[in-house]
Amino acid sequence: MTATLAGPATWTASATPPVIDLRGGRKTYTTGSITFEALRGVDVRIDRGEYVAIMGPSGSGKSTLMNVLGCLDVLTAGTYRLAGHDVGDLDEVELAQMRNEEIGFVFQQFHLLPSLAAWRNVELPLMYRGVARTERRELAAAALERVGLGDRLDNRPGELSGGQQQRVAVARALVGEPALILADEPTGNLDTASTEDVLALFDELHAAGRTIVLITHEPEVAERARRVVRVRDGLIQGDGPASALHDDRGYLHHDGALATGVTRIDGVRPDDRAIRSDDTREIR
Amino acid sequence: MSWGETLATGWHAIRAHSMRSLLTVLGILIGIAAVILTVGLGLGTQKDVSAQISSLGSNLLIVSPGSTTSSAGVRGGFGSSTTLTTSDAAALTSKTAAPDVEAVAAQKSSSESLVNGDTNWTTTVVGTSASWLDVRSRTVAQGRFLTAADETDRADDIVLGSETATELFGSPRAVGRTLTINDVTFTVVGVLEPAGSSSSDDLDDTAVVPMSTMQNTIVGGTSRTAVSTIYVKAVGTDEISAAYQETQQLLLNLHGITDADDADFTVSSQDALVSTATSVYRTLTVLLTGIAALSLLVGGIGVMNIMLVSVTERTREIGLRKALGAPPVAIRRQFLTEASVLGLGGGLVGAALGIAAAKLLPGVLDSSIVVSPTAVVGSIVIAVGIGLVFGVYPAVRAARLAPIDALRSE
Repeated sequence: MTATLAGPATWTASATPPVIDLRGGRKTYTTGSITFEALRGVDVRIDRGEYVAIMGPSGSGKSTLMNVLGCLDVLTAGTYRLAGHDVGDLDEVELAQMRNEEIGFVFQQFHLLPSLAAWRNVELPLMYRGVARTERRELAAAALERVGLGDRLDNRPGELSGGQQQRVAVARALVGEPALILADEPTGNLDTASTEDVLALFDELHAAGRTIVLITHEPEVAERARRVVRVRDGLIQGDGPASALHDDRGYLHHDGALATGVTRIDGVRPDDRAIRSDDTREIR
Repeated sequence: MSWGETLATGWHAIRAHSMRSLLTVLGILIGIAAVILTVGLGLGTQKDVSAQISSLGSNLLIVSPGSTTSSAGVRGGFGSSTTLTTSDAAALTSKTAAPDVEAVAAQKSSSESLVNGDTNWTTTVVGTSASWLDVRSRTVAQGRFLTAADETDRADDIVLGSETATELFGSPRAVGRTLTINDVTFTVVGVLEPAGSSSSDDLDDTAVVPMSTMQNTIVGGTSRTAVSTIYVKAVGTDEISAAYQETQQLLLNLHGITDADDADFTVSSQDALVSTATSVYRTLTVLLTGIAALSLLVGGIGVMNIMLVSVTERTREIGLRKALGAPPVAIRRQFLTEASVLGLGGGLVGAALGIAAAKLLPGVLDSSIVVSPTAVVGSIVIAVGIGLVFGVYPAVRAARLAPIDALRSE
């Protein structure tokens, strides 16, 4: 679907820059005299076409990490390159442009504008990019078609189910052809059926070559990703294939760190191997 | 994001809260309508007054007996003494002494009872010359005006105002009919075209007779040569002040007065009357407009209030738009546009309401309201300006919101 689609067969480490390249990321919040280190030196590298879940309990720093990755917040120290662009030096306007062009957000609360029809919600990123109106409508319709809502263009969010609303939000994330789809607890407000619905959609997008980063605290959701990054106390605590979430008997680990250098049980994909060989997986 | 899209987004947001937007617009609307009405009322009154004064005749100077100054000389009070005579009027017609005077009409007035059979009507009878018609800018609707021959013959001819004719004969078509004044029979030779009423007297309720007839048949007595007013018509508007000087000087010489302060007569021009009246009404208009403008200010504060509420209420929307890539300027512009659309809405509806009221009210108030295009356009511009000015603070606040905080707000 994307022009820069990176299939496993064509992918090489040097051909395209990684989508996410975060090194020594630190984020400190100061409230009065109290300083709080939300990120204490984080290295993450995510390549094109990867499907990564970032897990961690509340207070672990995963939300801060997501804000930094989403260019909604800037690092106190360290460097962050998004699709090859150094984000550290960007001002507010440039950050907005970066979000607009490189990131598609999916939020837990959907964040659809209730007074706008589905396609109008989907076209919003294009509007801030200056795409002409007729083209916007076409692209928005195509994106909604892509998420299976081709017949709901003119419905307002209130007329759609939770799962459908989240799919509209996914369409909105897709419409601008961003380098990265960043989903923050996308299934947090959905029932089991809708959760499956949305996760199946992510699977499809991944299969089509999209880069997806999903923030969650649910192992059932995280296991759908190909790779899981665990965050705790502002540090990366584990980074490995999603299959490592299962113990030897096939049960999901609900908490506890992933071991480093986990033995893969099954389903190792060539791109996973490539990342490992590239040694971008940092464990501290 | 283009301006058209910003406008469409703003319009959409306004429609989404139609009740609230309506109330906000109402505040501005009332202010705008009030401004248009008060300015219109002021202009209308000014126009009425000017029209009344100029209905006396154009390029006109009015010479009244007596003086308004308090210095020595003939005291008799302004307008009531008998210092002006028909010979003064005759002297003013001299082209050598007063080259800028085109025509002169002396006028001697008296309140008399006009009788037609059983019908009795008391009105102001004016004795004057043939030039009166031109000097006072009147026209004859029917029949003819007095002639020089009437003057020399002391003819018992009379020209009636339209209202007087109607009162006496039941219709303005009264030429050829007769009436009596003090048992002297007069023949109606003409009826004047209606001219409306001036501030001081009803121009249509009058009767005009030759000066000679007035002096000898109606008034008589020792003061028969005295006149109540001499109307002097200047050659043109530009010559009014020259005509004023000539009239003043000639009469001073005739009356043997050296110091203008001791003059036993007063020359006044319409211009002076108009400008005095105009300045009075202008002050009044400014005052009223000021009050109306205050209500606009209150409307503007209403806009700011609503926009602040809107920013707070739509924090999440702002956060989302920023997350999706809206730069601060786009957010600022969106809220500014919304505020000015509210202002524009109030301005347009207010102007329409003001114009409608200006059309309906004169029937009720009996005073004309002039809708000034400048005031209409100006107040719409001001309404948009108010929206902009009072929208700045809420817009800046919206643009400054951090996207993460905005997204998290509930």
